[in-house]
Amino acid sequence: MPMYLNEDQAMLQDSAREFIATEAPVSHMRALRDEKCKDGFRHALWKQFAEMGFTGILIPEEDDGLGLGHVEAGIVLEEIGRNLTPSPFLTTSVAGVSALNAGGKALREKYFPGILSGDTVLGIAIEERAKHRPDQIAMAAERSGNGFKLNGKKSFVIHGASADALIVAARTSGSAGDSEGLTLFMVDKDAAGLSAEAARLVDSSMAAAVTFDNVEVDADAVIGEVDQGQDVLDALLHASRAGSAAELVGVGSGAMDMTVDYLKQRKQFGKLIGEFQALQHRASHLYSEMEIARAAVMKAQQLLDQGNEGADVMVSVAKAKAGRTTGLAVREGVQMHGGIGMTDEYDIGFYMKRDRALNEFMGDANYHANRVAQMHGY
Amino acid sequence: MSESSSDLDQFRSELRGWLEANCPEEMRQPVKSEDDIYWGGRNATFASDAQKAWFEACVAKGYTVPDWPKDYGGAGLSPAQHKIFKQEMARIKARAPLQSFGIWMLGPALLHFGTEEQKVHYLNQIARGEIRWCQGYSEPGSGSDLVSLQTFGEDKGDHWIVNGQKIWTSYADKCDWIFCLVRTDKEDKYRGISFLLFDMETPGVSTKPIKLISGNSPFCETFFDNVVVPKDQIVGELNRGWDVAKYLLGHEREMISGGGLGDGAPSLGARMTKVIGTDDAGNLDDPMLRAQLAQFDVDALAFKAMAEKFVDEMKARKGHPAKPNMMKYAGTELNKQRHELVMAAGGSDALEWESETSGHGAKPRTWLRTKANSIEGGTSEVMLNVISKRILDLPGA
Ligand SMILES: Cc1cc2nc3c(=O)[nH]c(=O)nc-3n(C[C@H](O)[C@H](O)[C@H](O)COP(=O)(O)OP(=O)(O)OC[C@H]3O[C@@H](n4cnc5c(N)ncnc54)[C@H](O)[C@@H]3O)c2cc1C
Ligand SMILES: Cc1cc2nc3c(=O)[nH]c(=O)nc-3n(C[C@H](O)[C@H](O)[C@H](O)COP(=O)(O)OP(=O)(O)OC[C@H]3O[C@@H](n4cnc5c(N)ncnc54)[C@H](O)[C@@H]3O)c2cc1C
Repeated sequence: MPMYLNEDQAMLQDSAREFIATEAPVSHMRALRDEKCKDGFRHALWKQFAEMGFTGILIPEEDDGLGLGHVEAGIVLEEIGRNLTPSPFLTTSVAGVSALNAGGKALREKYFPGILSGDTVLGIAIEERAKHRPDQIAMAAERSGNGFKLNGKKSFVIHGASADALIVAARTSGSAGDSEGLTLFMVDKDAAGLSAEAARLVDSSMAAAVTFDNVEVDADAVIGEVDQGQDVLDALLHASRAGSAAELVGVGSGAMDMTVDYLKQRKQFGKLIGEFQALQHRASHLYSEMEIARAAVMKAQQLLDQGNEGADVMVSVAKAKAGRTTGLAVREGVQMHGGIGMTDEYDIGFYMKRDRALNEFMGDANYHANRVAQMHGY
Repeated sequence: MSESSSDLDQFRSELRGWLEANCPEEMRQPVKSEDDIYWGGRNATFASDAQKAWFEACVAKGYTVPDWPKDYGGAGLSPAQHKIFKQEMARIKARAPLQSFGIWMLGPALLHFGTEEQKVHYLNQIARGEIRWCQGYSEPGSGSDLVSLQTFGEDKGDHWIVNGQKIWTSYADKCDWIFCLVRTDKEDKYRGISFLLFDMETPGVSTKPIKLISGNSPFCETFFDNVVVPKDQIVGELNRGWDVAKYLLGHEREMISGGGLGDGAPSLGARMTKVIGTDDAGNLDDPMLRAQLAQFDVDALAFKAMAEKFVDEMKARKGHPAKPNMMKYAGTELNKQRHELVMAAGGSDALEWESETSGHGAKPRTWLRTKANSIEGGTSEVMLNVISKRILDLPGA
């Protein structure tokens, strides 16, 4: 597979770029923030995503989706990132669908129609600590009747309070650190004993702390197999790591483009500040890093789509590289804007906030660099 | 593309068989020192029988320049076949049978700008490693600002008389011919330079080696005193040598940028466990260095993806034409970083300068040599200038 977009992918990019820039540019996000929108995203926009076919990108054709891959999902995510568009696309259509694809037919039949029509939003309930530690999942799921009883707490569940269902990772046996004994469940939002407390994050998105107090689920809520949830979790993690890396690249590119534009407009000392070599070199260095990060993300997506065993390393490379590079892009962005970059009225600060949240989502750059080292045996 | 994937599979399996039969075991080991590399040329000698056998097998198949046309000494491989060729060579860690400025730099320029006679003549010589080439661009007063060069070629009807001085001419004392930038019109800065080829044995050419901080002296001052250059030894048009030079620099930068990838080893950190050791938990026994190595491996793998993307885009003519400058910048800075880490991991053992066991100080000498990567072929600062101007379109850049 050559490392550039083929014709169909380029067409998808054109339509995603135009659609998202028109329907949900940064001003869309600003308006939601200003009105303190309780869900943090617009359901009407989610419906439009569905009409564009985006929500079904990773849903197989036999389930009425588009049957496309991570490269295509990444194309949409990069535009979401560039425009800071609040959307459940990453959690629902990327992370959620990937987990469900690794599970059975019954759950797919239950959830895919709603995702395809833009009615269903999924939340991902994995984290139990402030830092991403999926190998330390401890929450308990005890056998009870013909199903399970869930008890415990999950944090950083994006859209957790407005999701129609949550994908929950819990222990049916073993203890934190074991790779066996994990099970993934679909838990509907109305389940008795489930409570979600939403909080607004720095980037104005909404994430919930979710409490499970004797929440009962049937056996058919299990995604995949009992005690063997690691494979489903891995599919979810790969998809959401590669996906958030793609969104990060969009955020970084958006910040870089804004900054380079500003360098061409702002005059100081009788010159455009873009004429100062100190700023030119930093901008050019940033450009190089962004291009490298974009390539790393594309490589990870292609390997995932091929089912290549090298995908795991490359996904972590992609998330680590995109995390560090976009961090650089937003810091340089605010700095090179000078005083105006510090104002709420100007958009560049939004990029810095979004980067911070996306960096934490599914593991920051340090977490993933450490994983790369471990996978290489050192 | 007319090739089917079954054709390509067949090509791959034939190539595998050929490599198995023809690439000696010694040619699948990492290069230990400069002497291990075969550069060709009139006075070349082989370091071993294996080196000779491997070289000759490759010349016979056109595999010293696999993607050049067969008429010019290549194997005429398509882009897809060439990619497979590189993969299969890397898979068995085969060494390049021949390294040469002729292959990396002059050849591509001749393919683009040369006359048919020049192509048949010079390209076949390059492919067979008969002539070793050096590059005469830089002058004492003209480095980054190359168009300010002063070496002058006076028009004498059927030949030029060249006078002047070049500097930093890599391997000038070991090379047979030079591709040289010469001012042929003093009035026009850009359109007054021509691209000339001539024999280093021509009367009036002399060289003087310069010692590098690595202790080696691979490059020279080069002097031209009334050197006669026949008119048919110009590449491209008179006074338009700058176009050729720029085209060639693009290839030079691409070549140098590959350095960051090292010798195909996937992980520097993994290799360094042998040097540093691991703690009880199996982690590299130096947490700060482990973190730096991990960051480096992320950067290196990401850069590798970029390099693959770059090649794919160039072949499909989709990339930005100034992208080689970005590759050169990022690749050379990465390679310097790699050798800083190799030195840090080696500790006091990596300081040995002369002993037999240290390969005559291979580590510190290589480390010092890599510092030139961000200078030769255009400095990092100049690369950033080009990106600012041609890609980001910044004002006054
Ligand atoms: C929170 C805050 C509080 C402030 N409080 C006060 C206050 O109380 N009173 C007051 O008078 N001012 C105040 N300021 C203004 C502050 O002094 C200016 O923001 C600062 O001097 C930078 O000017 P600028 O914002 O116009 O940026 P610009 O001058 O437009 O700079 C934009 C970018 O270009 C770079 N740049 C500019 N010139 C060059 C050059 N020659 N070479 C290289 N790079 C260059 C800058 O470093 C910056 O990165 C405040 C600013 C902030 C953010
Ligand atoms: C190992 C090695 C091998 C070489 N081999 C060859 C060869 O075979 N043939 C050949 O012709 N040449 C060769 N060179 C020369 C090489 O191309 C030059 O060294 C290079 O172009 C830089 O020129 P300079 O050394 O004159 O540095 P200068 O141009 O004097 O630069 C000095 C410093 O100033 C910076 N600088 C210069 N201009 C600018 C600017 N506009 N903006 C910002 N910073 C700037 C540079 O980046 C550098 O840091 C070789 C060099 C080395 C080190």
